Amino acid sequence: MYSEKVMDHFSNPRNVGAIEDADGIGEVGNPVCGDMMTFYIKVKDDKLTDVKYKTFGCVSAIAVSSKVSEMTKGKTLEEAKAISKKAVAEALDGLPKEKMHCSNLGAQALSEAINDYEERKNGKPKSASKAKKGQKPKEDITCGQCNAQNPVTAKFCMDCGEKLK
Amino acid sequence: MKRVYMDHASATPVRKPVVEAMLPYFDQHFGNPSAVYDMGSKIKQVMEEQRAKVARLIGAKAEQIIFTSSGAEANNLAIKGVSLAGQKKGNHIIVSAIEHHSVLNSARFFERMNFEVTFLPVDEYGLVDPERLLGAIRPETILVSVMHANNEIGTIEPIPELAVICKEKGVIFHTDAVATVGNIPVDVNELNVDLLSLSGVSLGAPKGVGALYFRDKLRLMPLIHGGIQESGRRGGTENVPAIVGLGKASELAAGELTDKMNYMQNLRNLLVAGIQERIDQIKYTGHPEKRLPGHASFCIGAIEGEALLFMLNQQGIYVNTGSACASKALKTSPVLVAIGIPADLAQGSIVFTIHNSNTVEEIEYVLEKLPFAVGKLRSLSPIWREKAAA
Repeated sequence: MYSEKVMDHFSNPRNVGAIEDADGIGEVGNPVCGDMMTFYIKVKDDKLTDVKYKTFGCVSAIAVSSKVSEMTKGKTLEEAKAISKKAVAEALDGLPKEKMHCSNLGAQALSEAINDYEERKNGKPKSASKAKKGQKPKEDITCGQCNAQNPVTAKFCMDCGEKLK
Repeated sequence: MKRVYMDHASATPVRKPVVEAMLPYFDQHFGNPSAVYDMGSKIKQVMEEQRAKVARLIGAKAEQIIFTSSGAEANNLAIKGVSLAGQKKGNHIIVSAIEHHSVLNSARFFERMNFEVTFLPVDEYGLVDPERLLGAIRPETILVSVMHANNEIGTIEPIPELAVICKEKGVIFHTDAVATVGNIPVDVNELNVDLLSLSGVSLGAPKGVGALYFRDKLRLMPLIHGGIQESGRRGGTENVPAIVGLGKASELAAGELTDKMNYMQNLRNLLVAGIQERIDQIKYTGHPEKRLPGHASFCIGAIEGEALLFMLNQQGIYVNTGSACASKALKTSPVLVAIGIPADLAQGSIVFTIHNSNTVEEIEYVLEKLPFAVGKLRSLSPIWREKAAA
């Protein structure tokens, strides 16, 4: 089902992690759909000096994140932005057809991180770029029975099984 | 590498005595059972003996068994065969929301043909409420189908209670027992059902064979038109070797069920307790007691099931998942949706189906490798947060 390269990047993902003082952050997808990626970048002289990420998702989502970080680290912003979904898939010797759209989000997440960096550089307040993705963090619901925190989409409490309002 | 297989709801190895029983029917006794000379009539007789063995396993009579190509075909024949035969009486059918795709999609097929279908909701354990079923039955309802046990969350449904309601209302009741036959006692009279589907999967029979039990005088439209095989209810030359396999497996299963159940249940309890001890932020899905003896299913927070499945695969551990990413349709399992699991948590679905060929050592091996795999994926996950100490 998956190529050897995909399995290699999945088993030994490169450049995993978050960057505390990142110059740009890009986040795409959400866990409800099954895949979510957050890319962190450090930039110096228009070059990506460091690229890290965190990924929630399937084998291909993890492999794509790893490959994108490898392909873009050390590149100029222009070069990094030019990397397409297709190029990432090809560099991994292909992805299963049904995975091409949902998990191949790495290039997009990286572009968002670069956009974030550029917006910050052009003096846009941090809050403005954050607010754009306002739909992201969901409120938790508290169970009336046991006070456990549950995701907003839950119908029943994960801890005690009580029906949630 | 070590191989620990815990996906017995998908497939089981064909048992040695079953393989041996089947072999002569490939090349030695290869005659067509419909042929009237002795090379055919003898095969016909062997086939009828298998019918009796399968019937005995579920407390039925031989003439109430139709051999099919799979559990899915048995489900199709039940839903479509009854609906087609009963369409003059009514056009409403009721199925639970957590049925196997072969039932759900058969029902949806009739929705496109001027039938009305009610998809009966279930509670957080996956149980169908008899009161709710009673409320859903209308004068034009002709068929109700609720599975005996669910393959993804292991919950065993209150079939006798549901069946008695249908009996009182004069509605035909079908149960899909593919997950239960060979795992727990199944008796068509105790269950009080009109139709029951089974397959060789949990019996150690080969793939490609199943059966449908049907109550006497029940009208059933065939789906495969052909000769008058299976009393005219299913055309096509019978798959004799597979039928012999199903018969042999049924015969073996009948005598060993109690021991098998106890053994599987002990292993399952070890696994469940061990996982709950080692991994936090997980949900044990399905009913805690009313469940299949070898069945353990969880949703693990902040990770995705397909990735976990492959990571375990690399350690030689074989399990299943209801994660959307592992399905070709990329849709979250309807079962997990129906029991109210949030979509993000449902991504972390993992299903172990244990068999009596599994061992305590294998459980220990899984308990050693699983927390490591979960930890590795969580270290990658942007949504993973350690639970604050209370």
